[in-house]
Amino acid sequence: MGDLLLQVVQGLSLGAVYAALALALVLVHRFNGIVNFAQGELAMLSTYVAWQLLEAGLPFWAALPITLAVSVSAGALVERVVIRRVEGGGELACVAVTVGLMVLVNAAAGLVWSFAVRSFPNPFPAVLSFGSAQSGFSALGVLGVVAVMMLTLHLFFRHTGAGLIMRAVVADPVAARLSGIRVGRVLSLGWGVAAGVGAVAGILVAPLLFLEPNMMGGVLVYAFAAAVLGGFHDPVTTVAAGLAIGVAETLAGTYVKFVGADLKVAVPLLVIVAVLSLRRGRAVVRGTG
Amino acid sequence: MSGVEVAGRTGHRRLAVGQVAGDRRRAWPWPRVTLAALAAAACLVPFLLEPYRVFQLTMVLVHGIALLGLNLLVGHGGRVSLGHGAFLAVGAYGSAIMTTSLGVPYPLTLPVCALLTFGAGLALGRPALRLSGPYLAVVTFAVAVVVPLVIKRFGTVTGGSMGLSTPVPAAPSWTGLADDQWLYLLVLAVAVAAFAVARNLVESRAGRALAAGRENPAAAEVLGVRLDSHRTLAFGWSAMYAGVAGTLYAWVVGFVSPDSFTVTLSIVLLAAVVVGGPGSLLGPLLGGVFITFVPAVAQRAGDAVPGIVSGVLIVVVVCFVPTGLAGLLRMAAGAVTRGTGRG
Repeated sequence: MGDLLLQVVQGLSLGAVYAALALALVLVHRFNGIVNFAQGELAMLSTYVAWQLLEAGLPFWAALPITLAVSVSAGALVERVVIRRVEGGGELACVAVTVGLMVLVNAAAGLVWSFAVRSFPNPFPAVLSFGSAQSGFSALGVLGVVAVMMLTLHLFFRHTGAGLIMRAVVADPVAARLSGIRVGRVLSLGWGVAAGVGAVAGILVAPLLFLEPNMMGGVLVYAFAAAVLGGFHDPVTTVAAGLAIGVAETLAGTYVKFVGADLKVAVPLLVIVAVLSLRRGRAVVRGTG
Repeated sequence: MSGVEVAGRTGHRRLAVGQVAGDRRRAWPWPRVTLAALAAAACLVPFLLEPYRVFQLTMVLVHGIALLGLNLLVGHGGRVSLGHGAFLAVGAYGSAIMTTSLGVPYPLTLPVCALLTFGAGLALGRPALRLSGPYLAVVTFAVAVVVPLVIKRFGTVTGGSMGLSTPVPAAPSWTGLADDQWLYLLVLAVAVAAFAVARNLVESRAGRALAAGRENPAAAEVLGVRLDSHRTLAFGWSAMYAGVAGTLYAWVVGFVSPDSFTVTLSIVLLAAVVVGGPGSLLGPLLGGVFITFVPAVAQRAGDAVPGIVSGVLIVVVVCFVPTGLAGLLRMAAGAVTRGTGRG
């Protein structure tokens, strides 16, 4: 029973990471209607930045805000330089550009940091290090960080002036522009915020998966599944779906022999296909901002 | 908005040849002579080059077939698939398993795998294509990630991560050809047939329906085009092309392994369609050249270089040359036409 509980907690912490990355995907999609295939790779890049800072001797909780600042500016820069050119273009242009970015960022990370697998320090103290309790403790830490991040996002979007402006742009870009809001800058900022959220996901998942340029590939699939469940629109459903997928994947990998460790990643695929077949109709994609 | 787009929207000026996809104006004054010369060159090439070059050209054709299919969906249908590597895997493994475990003669595996992947494409396309937006790309991306893992999981049939060796088809003795020449001509014949079918498909009612759905889905549906069924069929066709290419891949290479069909392959295929020129008939061939030669050349400069070159190329082409290499060729051809005054 205690074993099961531990599995559930671990599933929840993995799920929190998926939920964070999925939230980044949803943010980008709501701002300019693009599914960002490069989201995972941007998160991976931020994780390498954090790793580099830690190597330079910074304590973890000092490296985190610097990393977040770097990734927010990187996200905004990517939007301004590359994405701005294809905004409002066809689906092919949007998907192809983010896929191109995904390949490019992945290879660039490989070039700078090599494709070698590195370990990433676990930021949470292993106070309760008897038996298997340590993994349970760091799992709770992951859950806590993601919860704090989501609360911050909520407060930012609901109770600040910048948040109000960003919501106005999502609701109606044309009307926002007509009332004097610099829509382009807001979209850049939106990408920046999404990149920051993704960076948190990357940093949290790195101690569990080890750091390497391809580490976010699988996580991105889980995040896609969560985002599809939320219709690429609804943050609350997306987060709940991310948590549920994390738990389902961990339990299926442990207790269903047929699935095992190899086929775990097939769980989100089944979820995506099932949801898309059940939720017919074109209503699934609501306002894309 | 660039000047070209403004001109296109307001109709003040006819755009130059090659600047928009789906432009059917004649751009080259001597199409038949050129085609005949190309055909002659394609048939003569295996007797002039060394075996390794012939193998590379064969791979260009194999990739070209897969890209022809992907182009039907992406270029003509305007829907994005990131999972065609999975259909290649189905075709390749289908052929490999049939020839090794079941002892089926290799020519038979081609139609069987074509049917198999056509069915798989229909089954997968039906749920995903019903939805608007980028869901198809997401679903197919997930499929591309999962398929290599499934192949590894069922190692008793597929050989697991060790892969599966298959006999390379030998040239019949009456032809007097070397094996690589025979394979090249075999693949060339399939490629010509695939090209002809794709061309007719695009010019038929189904092809026009696809183009209409790409340009303006609402208008197409108002005019009575059943977009869902046309798109599902296009997905089936494009999966079939990928399956055929996979089968040919297994014949040519003689070895299949899960690592040949990772999600990277699917991404590279999409990149090749974009770089070659979506919505054109020549684009897939140019894309095949891109896939076969660019990573191999870039690999010499380091492990990460192929990714950087492909990534930069995709982004640059999408942002600055949306009609791809085929569009550039058409522009050049248009310039020649104007220069000779035969337009």
